[in-house]
Amino acid sequence: MKRAGIVAWNTFREAVRDRVLYNLVFFALLMIAAALLVGQISIGIEQIVIVTLGLSAISLIGILMAVFIGVGLVSKEMEKRTLYALLAKPVRRWEFLLGKFAGLALTLAVNTAAMATGLAGAMWLVQGSLRAEDAAVLVAVYFILLKLAIVVSLALLFSCFTTPLLSTLFTAGLYVAGVFAPEIRAIGKVTGNAALDAVAMGFSYLLPNFDNFNVIAAAAHRRAIPGMLVAQNTLYAAVYCAIALTGATMIFSRRNLK
Amino acid sequence: MTAARRNANNTPMTGPAIETEGLTKDYTTGFWLAKKKRSLDNLTMQVERGEVFGFLGPNGAGKTTTIKLLMGLTFPSAGTARILGRPVSDVGMHNEIGYLPEQPYFYDYLTACELLDYFARFHGYGAAERRERVERMLKKVGLETAGKIQLRKYSKGMLQRVGVAQAILHDPQVVILDEPMSGLDPLGRREVRDIILELKRAGRTVLFSTHILGDAEMLCDRVGVIAGGKLRGVGAPKEIVGVQSHGMEILFEPGSGAGAAGILEKAVRMGERYRIEVAEGELYGAIEQLRAAGAKILSVVQVRQTLEDYFLELIGAEQARTSAVEVGEK
Amino acid sequence: MAMLLLAVIPAGFASVWRLQRGIDRQLAEMHQEQDELVLRSGKMLRLLSLEYGAFLADVYWTRTVQYYGDRRVRQVANLETLGPLLDVTTTLDPQLLPAYRFGAIFLAENAPQGAGRPDLAVELIQKGIRNNPDFWRLYYDLGFIYYWELKDYKKASEAFLEGSKNPKALIWMKVMAAKIAAEGRSRETSKILWREIYESTQDKLVRENALRNLKLLRAEEDCEYLDGLAGRYARSAQRRPERLEDLVSAGILPGVPVDPEGVPYVLGADGKTHVHPKSPLLGYPKGPPPR
Ligand SMILES: Nc1ncnc2c1ncn2[C@@H]1O[C@H](COP(=O)(O)OP(=O)(O)O)[C@@H](O)[C@H]1O
Ligand SMILES: [Mg+2]
Repeated sequence: MKRAGIVAWNTFREAVRDRVLYNLVFFALLMIAAALLVGQISIGIEQIVIVTLGLSAISLIGILMAVFIGVGLVSKEMEKRTLYALLAKPVRRWEFLLGKFAGLALTLAVNTAAMATGLAGAMWLVQGSLRAEDAAVLVAVYFILLKLAIVVSLALLFSCFTTPLLSTLFTAGLYVAGVFAPEIRAIGKVTGNAALDAVAMGFSYLLPNFDNFNVIAAAAHRRAIPGMLVAQNTLYAAVYCAIALTGATMIFSRRNLK
Repeated sequence: MTAARRNANNTPMTGPAIETEGLTKDYTTGFWLAKKKRSLDNLTMQVERGEVFGFLGPNGAGKTTTIKLLMGLTFPSAGTARILGRPVSDVGMHNEIGYLPEQPYFYDYLTACELLDYFARFHGYGAAERRERVERMLKKVGLETAGKIQLRKYSKGMLQRVGVAQAILHDPQVVILDEPMSGLDPLGRREVRDIILELKRAGRTVLFSTHILGDAEMLCDRVGVIAGGKLRGVGAPKEIVGVQSHGMEILFEPGSGAGAAGILEKAVRMGERYRIEVAEGELYGAIEQLRAAGAKILSVVQVRQTLEDYFLELIGAEQARTSAVEVGEK
Repeated sequence: MAMLLLAVIPAGFASVWRLQRGIDRQLAEMHQEQDELVLRSGKMLRLLSLEYGAFLADVYWTRTVQYYGDRRVRQVANLETLGPLLDVTTTLDPQLLPAYRFGAIFLAENAPQGAGRPDLAVELIQKGIRNNPDFWRLYYDLGFIYYWELKDYKKASEAFLEGSKNPKALIWMKVMAAKIAAEGRSRETSKILWREIYESTQDKLVRENALRNLKLLRAEEDCEYLDGLAGRYARSAQRRPERLEDLVSAGILPGVPVDPEGVPYVLGADGKTHVHPKSPLLGYPKGPPPR
C-alpha cells in the first residue's frame, strides 16, 4: 500500500511536469468569458447557464484527461521500458497498478478542484454572492470526480491488454454506452421482446452507468441532491473501480513484458 | 543491517545465489500469435554466492530473455528459477537484488537525483539515508555534477551510468546487469569494471551479460556461454575460451640487415609492418632471428581462439554467420 | 490470490446490481417525468448530447430569446418555429422554468407580439407542470392563458384553483379562482393578473410585455372615460365632437389627454376615443391595425 502511494505520487509529479494542468488556464479563460458574456446573451437564466456551462466543461475536460492519460499510464511505461527497473524494486504489480490509478485520480481531483474554484468565482461574479443552495453544484462536481475515477480504472484495464489506440476507443465507447445505460435498459421494453429485454437488462447493469452521476441540470437549478444518492453513487464508483482494477491486476500480473 | 533484513526475509544463507532448472521460454509471434519461437531452451545452471559470473553470447542468444525471467518481468514456459533460494516470483526478495536493464530508459521528466530518490523509497529508507545514498551512488558512477539535470537531456552513456547507480543503490546481495558496458566510453567501461570488482570484494554475487569477450575474461570467476537459446558451456574464462593457444603473434618493422629474407617469407605484410605467427616454443628463436636481421619488434601477443571462433566451433558456421559477435578492445 | 481476485469480480457486479436499483429509485424521484418515447426530436437530441443536455438547453434557450427578443425581428420572423424550439429546450432541460413562462406569453399572444398559438402555449405549460409539479406559478400561467387569450373562464378558474392547492402558492390564487368563476372577464382581474406577471419575473421581455398590457388597460380605461366626456359634450353642444380639441375649447378638458406613452388620444370616425395608431403602446414601430 505504501509502495502504491510512492508510485501514485510519482504519477502525479509526472502529470504536473508534463504540464497537464495547463488546461486550467483554458478553463479559467472560459469561465471569465462566460461570466462576462452570460448576462448579455441569456436573459433570465444567467445563474443557470454559468453552472451548466461550468459543469459541462469540467466534465468534458476531465473525461478527455482521464481517457487520454489513463490509457497511457501503463502502456507508456511498457513502451519506454521504464517499468523494468521499477518492477525490479520490491513492488508488486498490483501495487504498481493501484499507484498509477491513484496518481491519476489525484491529478484529476486537483485539476477538478481548481476548476470548481474557478466556477465558484464565476458564479460569485454573476450572482453577486454564493448561497447555501449552491452546494448542489459542489455535489455535481463530486459526482463528476467519481465518474472520472471509473473512467480511469477502465482505461487502465484496457491498456493492460491492448494497444493505446484500441484502449482509447474501448474506453470512450464504454463511456458513451454507460451514459446511455438507461436507454439500453429500455430497449427491451420498447420492442416488447422478452429475450431482448433480458439481455438488454443484464447488459445495462454490467455497464458502468454514467447516467447516475449526471446531475448537472439539477445542480444548475440548485435542486437539493439527496444524501442517499451521494452515498450510493460513492459506493457504486468504489465498487466499479475495484472490479476494473481487479480485472486489470489479473491480466497485468500474468503479462510478459516485451 | 543487510543480514538482519535477509533473515527477516527468510532467505537461506547457503546454497547457490542463482539457480535455474530447465528454464525455457517460448515467444509467440505473428498476427494470430500462432507461431512459436524458442528463445531459451532448457537452461540449467548455477551461480555461486560471491562469484562474478559472465553470461556470454552473441546477439539474440537468449541472455536478456534469461535475465528477464530471473527478474520476473516475463514468465517461463517451463522450468524454474530461484534466487537466494527463493522462487523468482517472490517480489519481496527484490530488496536483495539489483538489476540493470538492457539499454535502460528512465522517467525523463525526473533528474537523476529524483529518480534515485524515488527508487530508494521502495526500499523503505528515511529521507536522510536516501539523500546520502543518492549522493554516494551518483559519485560512484561519475554523475555527481549531472544529478540535477533532467534525464531527457542525458546521453545514452549517462543513462547507462544512472542505470548502474540504481541497481546498486540498496546494496543488494545479488546484482544482475544486462550488458552493463554497452553504450559507454572507455572510461565508463573502466568505471563499471571497477564497480563490479568492488562488489566482488564486498562478497556480492554479480551476474552480467555481455557479447564482448574481453570484459568477461577480465572480470569473471566463471562464464556461461549461450548461443541459440542453449547453454553451450560453463567454466573459468580460460577453460572456455582461451584453451587452445594458436601460438604467438609478432608484429615488426623489417630492418635492412641480412638474414631477414627467410623470416619475411613466412610473414604477412600489413602496410609498413609485418606480422608473423609462430608456435610458443619457437618464440625466442624467432625473436633472435628478427633482431639479427635488424627488425624493430613492435609487439608480441598470445594468439588465442576468439569468441567468434569459439561460437563457430560450437554452433557451426551456418548459424554463427548470422549472429554478430565482437571481440572487444584489449 | 487468483481465487480471491475471481471472487471480487462476481461479488462486485452483484453489488453493482443492487446499488443500481437504489440509485434508480433516487433518480426516479428526482426527475418525475417518465420517458415514453425516444423518438421525439427533443428526446433524441438529449440522447445525442450525452450529459451535456442541460448546457445545450441553455444554448437553445439563449438563441430563442435572442431571436424572438428583438421586437422588430419578431414582426417578420416565422413564429412557427417558436413552439418547436421551446419544446426542444424544455426537453433538454425540463426544469428550465423561464422557458415555460416565456413560452406561455409569447406563444399565446397574437401577432405581432407572439405566435398566436394559445393551444401550443397550453401544451407547453402542461408539460412544464408535469415536470415541475411543485412550481405553482405554472398553474398561474396556465390559468392566465385560458383567461386572457382563450377566454375560457371555467378552465381558467380551475387552473388557478389547482395551483392554489400547493401550500407554497400565494393566497390570492384562490381569490382569483373564485373571482374569475363569478365574474368572467373584468378589467380589474386583468390588471391584477398582468401586474402579478410583471412582478413575478426577472425576464426583461416578459416584464416589458406585461407593462405594455397594463398600460393598454389604463388606456382602455382612459378611452372609456373620454367617451363619457364626449357624450357630455354632445349633449350640451347638440353635436358630436369631431376632435378631442373640441372638448378642450369647450372647457371640458384642460388639454388633449395623452396615453401612458405620451401620445395624444384620437377621436375615431366611429365617434369613440382610441389610442393613436402610431403609439408605441400598440407594439408597432410602424402602424398596422390594432387588434
Ligand atoms: N518479446 C519477444 N517476442 C518475440 N521474440 C523475442 C522477444 N524477446 C526476445 N525474442 C527473441 O528471443 C531471442 C533471444 O533474445 P535475447 O534474449 O534478447 O538475446 P540477447 O542474448 O541478445 O539478449 C532472439 O532471437 C529474439 O528475437
Ligand atoms: Mg540482450
